[in-house]
Amino acid sequence: MFAFIVSRLLQALPVMFTVSLISFAMFAYVGDPVVIMLGQDFTEAQRQQLIRDLGLDQPFFMQFATFLGNAVQGEFGLSYRLSRPVAELIAERAPATLELAFTAAFIALAVGVPMGVYTGLYRYSWLSRVFLTFSLIGVSLPTFLIGILLILTFSVWLGWLPSFGRGEVTRIGWWTTGFLTWSGIKALVLPAITLGLFQLTLIMRLVRSEMLEVLRTDYIKFARARGLSNRAVHFGHALKNTLVPVITIAGLQLGGIIAFAIVTETVFQWPGMGLLFIQSVGAADIPVMAAYLMLIALVFVTINLVVDLLYYAVDPRLRIGRGRGH
Amino acid sequence: MRAFFDSDLWWSFTRSPVTVISAVTAIVCIAGAVFAPWLAPHNPFDLASLQLLDAFKPPAWSAQGDPTYLLGTDDQGRDVLSAIMYGARVSLLVGFAAVAFSTLLGVTLGLLAGYLGGKVDALLMRIADIQLTFPGILVALLVDGIVRAALPRDVHDQIAVFVVIFAIGISNWPQFARTVRGSTLVERNKEYVQAARVIGLSPARIMVSHVLPNVMSPVLVIATLSLGFAILAEATLSFLGVGVPPTQPSLGTLIRIGNDFLFSGEWWITIFPGVALIVMVLSVNLLGDWLRDALNPKLR
Amino acid sequence: MSLLQVRNLRVEFPTRRGTLVALDDVSFDIAPGEVLGVVGESGAGKSMTGAAIIGLLEPPGRIAGGEILLEGRRIDNLPYERMRRIRGREIGAIFQDPLTTLNPLYTVGRQLVETMLTHLPIGPAEARERAIGWLEMVGIPAARERIDSYPHEFSGGMRQRVVIALALCAEPKLIVADEPTTALDVSIQAQVIALLKRLAREKGTAMMLVTHDMGVIAETADRVAVMYAGRIAEIGPVREVVKRANHPYSQGLMASIPPLDRRVERLAQIEGAMPRLSAIPKGCAYNPRCPRVFDRCRRERPDLMPAGATLAACWLYAPASGEGHAP
Repeated sequence: MFAFIVSRLLQALPVMFTVSLISFAMFAYVGDPVVIMLGQDFTEAQRQQLIRDLGLDQPFFMQFATFLGNAVQGEFGLSYRLSRPVAELIAERAPATLELAFTAAFIALAVGVPMGVYTGLYRYSWLSRVFLTFSLIGVSLPTFLIGILLILTFSVWLGWLPSFGRGEVTRIGWWTTGFLTWSGIKALVLPAITLGLFQLTLIMRLVRSEMLEVLRTDYIKFARARGLSNRAVHFGHALKNTLVPVITIAGLQLGGIIAFAIVTETVFQWPGMGLLFIQSVGAADIPVMAAYLMLIALVFVTINLVVDLLYYAVDPRLRIGRGRGH
Repeated sequence: MRAFFDSDLWWSFTRSPVTVISAVTAIVCIAGAVFAPWLAPHNPFDLASLQLLDAFKPPAWSAQGDPTYLLGTDDQGRDVLSAIMYGARVSLLVGFAAVAFSTLLGVTLGLLAGYLGGKVDALLMRIADIQLTFPGILVALLVDGIVRAALPRDVHDQIAVFVVIFAIGISNWPQFARTVRGSTLVERNKEYVQAARVIGLSPARIMVSHVLPNVMSPVLVIATLSLGFAILAEATLSFLGVGVPPTQPSLGTLIRIGNDFLFSGEWWITIFPGVALIVMVLSVNLLGDWLRDALNPKLR
Repeated sequence: MSLLQVRNLRVEFPTRRGTLVALDDVSFDIAPGEVLGVVGESGAGKSMTGAAIIGLLEPPGRIAGGEILLEGRRIDNLPYERMRRIRGREIGAIFQDPLTTLNPLYTVGRQLVETMLTHLPIGPAEARERAIGWLEMVGIPAARERIDSYPHEFSGGMRQRVVIALALCAEPKLIVADEPTTALDVSIQAQVIALLKRLAREKGTAMMLVTHDMGVIAETADRVAVMYAGRIAEIGPVREVVKRANHPYSQGLMASIPPLDRRVERLAQIEGAMPRLSAIPKGCAYNPRCPRVFDRCRRERPDLMPAGATLAACWLYAPASGEGHAP
């Protein structure tokens, strides 16, 4: 178990290293941070001073090492656009994005898995056909259009739900949450559905195809031949075997939620990290982009690790070392 | 041509009504976009013909509709239908160009990795793996952002379309590279390549002429499925305001512009370009799905 | 009274290009404790018959006619839930490939306990004790320790022993064993067959043993049914069918077995191949390959009729036709 985690961590390292190299290269070579930070009027002395302060006179590896050291401490310098520490900006926006992403992931799994199981078990029922048609449209609809359609229907025409912002938020330490107020929850509904819908349809299709695959296997036939109840066969034996591939792909898909959050946050003016990122791209605000890149990489690496661990927990064949097979 | 109509491919095509409908839809979309200057009822970029009095006309069939503007007009009195046709032109141009770029890049790198093996192979595949960890749209956004930051503003505005093509193309090459590399590895160890080496022919040349035909069908499938992705990625970037410039609006740009008027009730300015986008992407995706099943390469 | 009676069983597969008849007019009985061997080429309908008896035909296959009776009760038309209670409890099943028959994610103990708890009025602790007992009975060494092992921790032969334990653990009266040794190493096949035979005898369990291995049949079965193209060609006591087969197809089949007691230059083989289900010839399905074919075989389909000590579906044994000749 321990060796397993260590080997997975070692695999994650090159990813993080590459991403930080890209981030650093952005810092060091894209645009001239000195000019950007000083603005129009500055003296040569001021320029030299800033170059020294930023460590830009150091050799490449020293600069990279400093960058890595700072990055580990969450230190990414000042935003060019807002002149505030990047870490502070991100910490401010993180709760909004995380609450949105988790709600969306929850919707995608809580609705997608049962729908996938249903359509796998009852392939030919009319409800399965409805689900499948719905999923086909779901994969082809771009996230921002789903958002626009939902806003048009529920905000503009019906006037039921707000179309932008987080509503009233409650502050708990440095975290701000929208879960505790009615207006916060109402504001969360449309963005979370928008963000979750695409993943929901993907997870549903995935669970369905895995379910169909597993139901054809001999051990399911044998489980039926042993007279086990439908419930035991479908949920105990079939569903558990679909979990292995489903966990892997669903895990990676959930990572996609973070990426699509950028789009959803733009549509709904949701004050999260994605909106911050897209504004930074528009304004060529390198420090924020670099920090966001590293953060996203960290999230993906973590998700991959969790996926591997779950995989390990579900599938005994991976637990090498205790087998006495001959 | 005869051979094509006798082939299994054509047979499976005619057997699937959904595929036939998608193919017809895709052809209509592409023709409408390519021939927009001749087919469109108005020229949305001819400033002289724009009448601000005609702004915000709802679609022709509603009470205040004007029959000259079938799908209504936008805030500047531009005909929405014509804008969609011109916009689809940009969307398709970017889509096709991006796919062509990633195909070229992916196939070349795949051949190189498979043929050279060793460190080049390890490095290229490692990069592909790392890139595949992240969703394509995120990679496209990042590349676009970096290029934006690296170029001075005025230069950037001039070549924005190419930046978008580059960004989307880059985000999609690993799929092609992996498939081509796999086939190349198989071919490389076959005897005729060894034999070619012995008699002094350039094995690289033989590889290209033998491996490429073998990977044509999977590459075609990936390219078709990528086209849907590329069109959506362009629309997303443009919707986010970091795609093509507003002077050459694509469907995504139109949706972004129309989005501002959603609340004042002018829904048609954003919904119709949206519908056009969905129809286009859906038909391309269905074609791709069919092609994948019909050619049945070992793809998922 | 017979334990199992199969009467005029007909199984059809509706396909786009018309209905295929996979089993046609199949009838046989199995007495309590009896072992019936079912032989034939691949696709003759052996496994299909087994699947129909345990009520697990693959859709769209369905029973289109005839009936299956277990201890006199019809079981072919039972609702799913009532048939489920019979499966495992009254009719057990053993499949071909032990590597794929066990769920890889559960320990063998859990799978045994689960089966017993489904069918028997016992608690989990009792079930676990019995599971260990069963593993010992099928010859798993150190059963008490190995009960919590996963299937992948056993070899193929050991896994088939576990499958046998699973099929027997709710003490069914009949076992349908579909090619139970085909996927195993030749060296292990004999052990597994011996185990199956011994347990069936000890527990008084009847068995329908589907195989294409005549050696196994001769060794194990009391009676044997020879199937060809979805029908029974001949059925009778094993000794008779092996030594003095009456149907020309059975004769061909027996002649193709290498004898153990003498050397032969060349094994006999039957010319041609079994017809596909979509192209079964008119009359006797075997007529295009039959060395003793005559007119009637091409016109009418024969039913089983007494032929020596067995029943054979062959016009050679037609009672008062005058056209037939005794062999």
